[in-house]
Amino acid sequence: MTARTSSSAPDPSTPSPARRLLAGLAKTIRTPMGATATVFLGVVLLAAIVAPMLWSGTAAKVDATALDQGPSGEHWLGTDNLGRDLLLRVLVAARLSVLLSLSATAIGISLGLLLGAAPWLLGPRLGRLAAAFVNIAVAFPMLLMTLFFAVIFGVGVQGSVCAIGISMAPWFARLTQTLIAGVQKRDFVAAARIARVSRFGVLRRHILPNIAEPLIVNVALAAAAALLAFAGLSFLGLGVQAPEYDWGLLLNEGLSGIYVNPAGALGPGIAIVVAGLGFNLFGEALAKVLGSRHKVRTFRPRGASRTVSGSGGHPRQHATDGSAGDAIAPAGEVPVLEVDRLRVSLDTPNGTVSPVREISFSMKRGEALGVVGESGSGKSLTALAVAQLLESPLHVEAATLRLLGKDLMAADPRSRATRRFLATSLGLVFQNPTTSFNPTMRIGPQLAEVARLHQDMSRRQAGARAVDRLRAVRIPGAERRAKQYPHEFSGGMRQRAMVGMAMMGNPSLIIADEPTTALDVTIQRQVLNLLEQIRVENQVAVLLISHDISVIGQFCSRVLVMYAGRVVEELPSADLRTSARHPYTRALLSAVPDMTADRSQPLATVPGRPVDPADRPAGCAFAPRCTFATAQCHTAEPPLQEVGSGGTVACWNPQEGAVTAVQGQVQQAGRGQA
Amino acid sequence: MEARRAALGLNDPIWSQYVHYLKNLLAGDFGESITRPGLSVSQIIGQRLPATIELAGLAFVIAMLVSIPLGVLMAALTRGGRRQRTELAFTSSSIVFAAIPEFILAVGLVCLFGQGVGLLGIFPVAGRSGPLSLVLPVISLAVAPTVVLARVVRVEVLTVMEADYIRTARSKRLRAWRLYLRHALPNAVTATLTLSGLLLGGLIAGTVLVESVMAWPGLGSSMVSSILTKDYPLVQGIVLVYGVVVLVINLVVDVVLAVLDPRSAIQES
Repeated sequence: MTARTSSSAPDPSTPSPARRLLAGLAKTIRTPMGATATVFLGVVLLAAIVAPMLWSGTAAKVDATALDQGPSGEHWLGTDNLGRDLLLRVLVAARLSVLLSLSATAIGISLGLLLGAAPWLLGPRLGRLAAAFVNIAVAFPMLLMTLFFAVIFGVGVQGSVCAIGISMAPWFARLTQTLIAGVQKRDFVAAARIARVSRFGVLRRHILPNIAEPLIVNVALAAAAALLAFAGLSFLGLGVQAPEYDWGLLLNEGLSGIYVNPAGALGPGIAIVVAGLGFNLFGEALAKVLGSRHKVRTFRPRGASRTVSGSGGHPRQHATDGSAGDAIAPAGEVPVLEVDRLRVSLDTPNGTVSPVREISFSMKRGEALGVVGESGSGKSLTALAVAQLLESPLHVEAATLRLLGKDLMAADPRSRATRRFLATSLGLVFQNPTTSFNPTMRIGPQLAEVARLHQDMSRRQAGARAVDRLRAVRIPGAERRAKQYPHEFSGGMRQRAMVGMAMMGNPSLIIADEPTTALDVTIQRQVLNLLEQIRVENQVAVLLISHDISVIGQFCSRVLVMYAGRVVEELPSADLRTSARHPYTRALLSAVPDMTADRSQPLATVPGRPVDPADRPAGCAFAPRCTFATAQCHTAEPPLQEVGSGGTVACWNPQEGAVTAVQGQVQQAGRGQA
Repeated sequence: MEARRAALGLNDPIWSQYVHYLKNLLAGDFGESITRPGLSVSQIIGQRLPATIELAGLAFVIAMLVSIPLGVLMAALTRGGRRQRTELAFTSSSIVFAAIPEFILAVGLVCLFGQGVGLLGIFPVAGRSGPLSLVLPVISLAVAPTVVLARVVRVEVLTVMEADYIRTARSKRLRAWRLYLRHALPNAVTATLTLSGLLLGGLIAGTVLVESVMAWPGLGSSMVSSILTKDYPLVQGIVLVYGVVVLVINLVVDVVLAVLDPRSAIQES
């Protein structure tokens, strides 16, 4: 029996708990699992109510002419050694079995609630004692506890009910404790305490209603456990005693006569399973309905298997066609990365959505290209698409996607050659160094993996290479550090190690997706300097993705500005302040405070919200937030056009002139958060 | 009668009886069985314990060996909403199997292999006589923990597969099996092990019932008969052994967790 704590407690502002629960029950019955459970429980409860009224006499009638018979038309499950009809006995036994297990459950829940609420009611010192007691008790399996208490209370119905109830209590107490601990830090409980409501009052009026849902879910699961435990006790002869009978006792009698009439053992066995399954399924279904109600299902792309269906009509080749097509052209002649009309799409019930579209750019050896935009603008998706790390349901299309001249759209991503090529010529640095290292592997082996698997190095050679890379990213005591786990590294050191990992092969391109966002400002500088040094010394191209246009401006020679999945402007970063033309770029720039900013004024923000890719407006996606928008902007999407000074811009009304920092509300965009 | 009372020390005050009991306990003396005079409780436990350990140990090992690969495989097959029918079949059958208590499964197996056409006599349905006699009781015990654990492993692996470090691992272009076994599984093991400790405890409790169904000469059947015959020294001794075993399991799980997951050791200290 596993506790279900997932359903979070509702806010007190929502409709009354009872009404919500009823709605939840109604919904549960309509789910397939809930419906099955309801049918099972319905049959069991019907038998429990009706059968004893109709047949308790018949089921107890001894018939000396029909002893130990097998199944027949008259006795469907046969008869026992006193000639009593077994089917009727199973049906009649439903009442006692269900009643006893429900009473045991009631005892278990009452005791468990008391014990679980004790830490709250008694205050910290005594409470810790109660919690410790529960923690020890809960370590013992319920059935063992039940047997133990059955010895103490003695064989028989009362003893068994108490034994099962008491052995269930710690489990329920633990659940209650956990739930209360989750709720008691919430504001409304604190408010009630400040208002001098007594601890008991707070428990009754504020805490219990808020933990009722998960408790009720677990009542169903507990009832199932009690039912099975009772069947077990009676089966062992410790529970219900003849002439009374429940399913467990019937099963016991059936087992002793199993060679005469197997149906006599199977009948009660099936009854126990059906009833147990009914309670269990109901609990599971209820947990699902109640648990999912608080969660808002949001789709967050996390990467995906790409499909090759190039919009440019690519001849699809597989890597099996030898290495001729994979030949890497000499550096300098071929761009490191060529991207033409890249599109990332997702099939939804309402049609295909493309969060990234029409992305084209290329990168030369040793070049630093920046991609800037608000969160949701498609920067990271673009990076992951280029790195071939997107997984289904997202799929990537492109007229051209070449890394060092190798056509990635045509390559089979599973082939050893492709995997080797990507692992060694493309390095990746991710946003959050704390979560991007595997916590259960030492740093050294994590770095060495690429060298061992793709560069045919021995474990020792790969380890030495990893230490060498750690040294290259200026990690002091690299040899010792390589033997440490990620949690033993500081944040900045982890990100440097991540850069070291990206440098394990001999990459021609490093894609750094928000590499400094999770770091302190001073550490940011270190990591950027490191990337800069690698770029210059090893002639590695760096694709830097950031929401911070000032970081991009300092680090990169060229900038791509993305909005709503599209490049809206591309320009040399040296010209950002002087000749940015797109109103969005200009808004991003003017929202950056400089040294002369008046600190008594609020920081600049841009009104409006980023666009939902599933609901993109007609025309220019930025038009609703743009102060320069005209009628044309709302109807036709502006193409990306060349402008003077080597840039391109997609705008019907490009602006001119230098950009200065402003305060208060800029007309748009802002210091977007990734 | 009075002489017997005196011999058993029942005339002494309760506390002195208790101290006496504890003293003997520390010396490994659990007293003497009432129903089988001449046999000490420790002797009976010594005879019976190996059979129970054999049963529970084997069932646990099999449950782990089946559930972890099964859970990882189901995670790999059904990740990202693929193969929804496989997932439904797996989830629903695991719920059903988890809901069948071990002793009822044991009764069903006894019916099948004791009576069933063509299956008669393949595996012994009662008693402890050679490796074949282990098959049915071990199956009865192992099925429920296996499906419960496989479900948890699947969910845990799926959660872990969403982690940032899995994306990092994917950027190294590893083969799928290495991704799942080397990177995902060790991170899913914490919850799996914690639960498997609980399941092992439950499994040991389950032996009590299964031993009774299949006449397995273990500690459990001995305990049940001694409860029914009110052989209290024996009951006490066996309950104590069970309690110690459960505590030891919890301890072992904690130690193994600390070894496998370096972070949990740090948090403890």
